[in-house]
Amino acid sequence: MPELDELYQELILDHAKRPRNFRVPEGADRRAEGFNRLCGDRITLFLRLEDGVVRDAGFQGAGCAIFTASASLLTEAVKGKSEQQAEDLFRRFHALVTGHPDQAQAETLGKLAAFGGVSAYPVRVKCASLAWHTLKAALSGDGAPVSTEE
Amino acid sequence: MANVVSIAAAAAASLPWDVEAVRADFPALAQLVNGHPLVYLDNAATAQKPAVLAALENYYQRDCGNIHRSVHQLGERATEAYERARRTAQAFLGAAEPREIVFTRGTTEAINLVAATYGAANLRAGDEILLTGMEHHSNIVPWQLLAERTGARLQVAQVNDRGEVEMEEFERQLSPRTKIAAFGHVSNALGTVNPVAEWTERAHAAGAVVLVDGAQSAPHLPIQVGALGCDFFAFSGHKVFGPTGIGVLWGRAELLEAMPPFQGGGDMIASVSFERTTYNRIPYKFEAGTPHIAGAIGLGAALEYLQTLGMTRAAAYEQELARYGAERLAPLPGVRWIGQARERTAVFSLVIEGVHPHDVATVLDTEGIAVRAGHHCAQPIMDRFGVPATTRASLAFYNTRGEVDRLAEGLEKVRRIFQG
Repeated sequence: MPELDELYQELILDHAKRPRNFRVPEGADRRAEGFNRLCGDRITLFLRLEDGVVRDAGFQGAGCAIFTASASLLTEAVKGKSEQQAEDLFRRFHALVTGHPDQAQAETLGKLAAFGGVSAYPVRVKCASLAWHTLKAALSGDGAPVSTEE
Repeated sequence: MANVVSIAAAAAASLPWDVEAVRADFPALAQLVNGHPLVYLDNAATAQKPAVLAALENYYQRDCGNIHRSVHQLGERATEAYERARRTAQAFLGAAEPREIVFTRGTTEAINLVAATYGAANLRAGDEILLTGMEHHSNIVPWQLLAERTGARLQVAQVNDRGEVEMEEFERQLSPRTKIAAFGHVSNALGTVNPVAEWTERAHAAGAVVLVDGAQSAPHLPIQVGALGCDFFAFSGHKVFGPTGIGVLWGRAELLEAMPPFQGGGDMIASVSFERTTYNRIPYKFEAGTPHIAGAIGLGAALEYLQTLGMTRAAAYEQELARYGAERLAPLPGVRWIGQARERTAVFSLVIEGVHPHDVATVLDTEGIAVRAGHHCAQPIMDRFGVPATTRASLAFYNTRGEVDRLAEGLEKVRRIFQG
C-alpha cells in the first residue's frame, strides 16, 4: 500500500501552499496554456528566453496540490537551463512520475525528486506532469493549448 | 429465470431497516481498500450490485439466444426473460403498459432519443426548451444539439443560494414558446430533490412536453410516473444497482407512437423493401438491433430486488442518513457544504478550504473511502457556486452512520495534512 507522506512530502506541501514564481515575468516571450479536462487543473506558463537559455519563468492558474507544487518547482528548476537541458529535464521528470527512476536519474533531479511518490498514484500522474507538458509546448513555441487528454 | 431476490431482502421487507443484512447482499462492500474496510460513498456515479450477476450468468450460460426472432427453446427463454424485465421496469415506475418501456443504453441515450425524435419532429426556429441550472451535461448537450439543428433556444431556470430553483423563477422561464421542459428529478451534484410534479403541471399549462431525468431519483425515491405527471422519464441501470450499459426510457404510449424512429435496423421494422420500410410497433420501433439482452435481464433482477426491499423504506432510511450526515459534517472547521436544499437526498457536495478536491479524494482513498472529486459533469452548477469542483459523498441505503463517521474522520485528516 502506497504511503501518503511519500506523495505529500513537506516540500510539495510547502510549494502547494506558497507557490513560487506565481506571476507573469517581465518581458516574457514564450507562453503556453495547459488544461486537465478531468479535474480542471489549468495553467498558463510564461518563459523569458535569452540566447536559447531560460532566464525567467512564471505561471498562473489553479489546481490541486500536486499540480501547483509541480508548476512551482518547474519554474525554479528551468531557470538558467538551455532549451535542450529543459527538455531533457522534462523527459527525466516524466520518467520519474511514471515509475522509471533509473531512466529519470532521480539522484540528479534535486528537489524534483520529491515527486517520486506520484508513481504509486496513477491517476495523479497527470496532475504532476501538466505543467511540464505545457513547458514543452512553450519551448516548441507553437502556442497551441495543451491538454492532458491525448 | 432464477429468482435472485435474496432471503435477507425478503425478510427485511417486513422489519425495521437492517442495514447489515442489506449489506450482505452486496459482495463488493465487504472488501478492504488500502488496508481499510471499504466505505463506498460514490453512489451517484455508480452503485454497487446485489446478486444480479446470477441473472446475467443464467442468461449467458443457459438461455443464450437472440430475442423476438428465434423459434428455438433458448431464444424463447431469452425473449421471455427480456420481456419480463420490461414488465418489471413498468411496475417499478408505475407505468400503464409494458410497451411504454424502451430499453436504452442509459439515461444519456434515452434523453438523446427524445431530443432526436420527438424534438426534431416538433421543434421549430424560435421555440424554447426549458432546462434548469443544475442539469447534468447529459440533460444539456442533447438539447443544445437539437437547438442548433432546429433554431430553437434554451431557457435556463436559475438556481438560488440553497441549490434550489424557485417556482417563481421556473415560471418566469416558461412561455407559450416552450415546447419541451427537461429537468432532473434529483441533482447529481447537490442532491436537491426538485418539485417535478408541480413543475410538470406548470409546464403542461404552458403547452410544453416534460422529460424528467430520473438518473439520480430512481435509485433513492419511489417513482410513480402517473403521480409525477410527466411525459418522459429516463433512468440508468447501473445507478439503480443493476448492470452498466442498460437504461430505460418511459414515455406516454401516444407520444411514443407518434414519434419517428431513433435508429434504423433489425427488430425495429415491420417490413423492409428498397422502396419502403414500415416500422414495428412500440417499444420495438425504438430498439433497433440486438439489444443488451443480458443487461435488461440484469436490470430486471436489480429492480425486483429494490421492490422487495421497498423503495419507501429505503428512502426513509436514507433520509435518516442524510440528517446524520448533515449533523456530523456541518460543524467540521474549514468545510463548506454547497447546496443545502430543504428537500435533499443523502448527497454532500463539499469544498474544503484551501484544499483541491482531488487531494481530498486521494487522502480519503488511502483510508478506503471512495468519493468523487470533480465537476460531476455539471459544470454550470459549479460555476453558479463559484467553484471549479467539489468533493462529493453520495450515500445509498447500504451505507451506515459508522461510514459517515469514517468520512468525518477522513476529512479531519485532510485538514491535518494540508492546513496543519
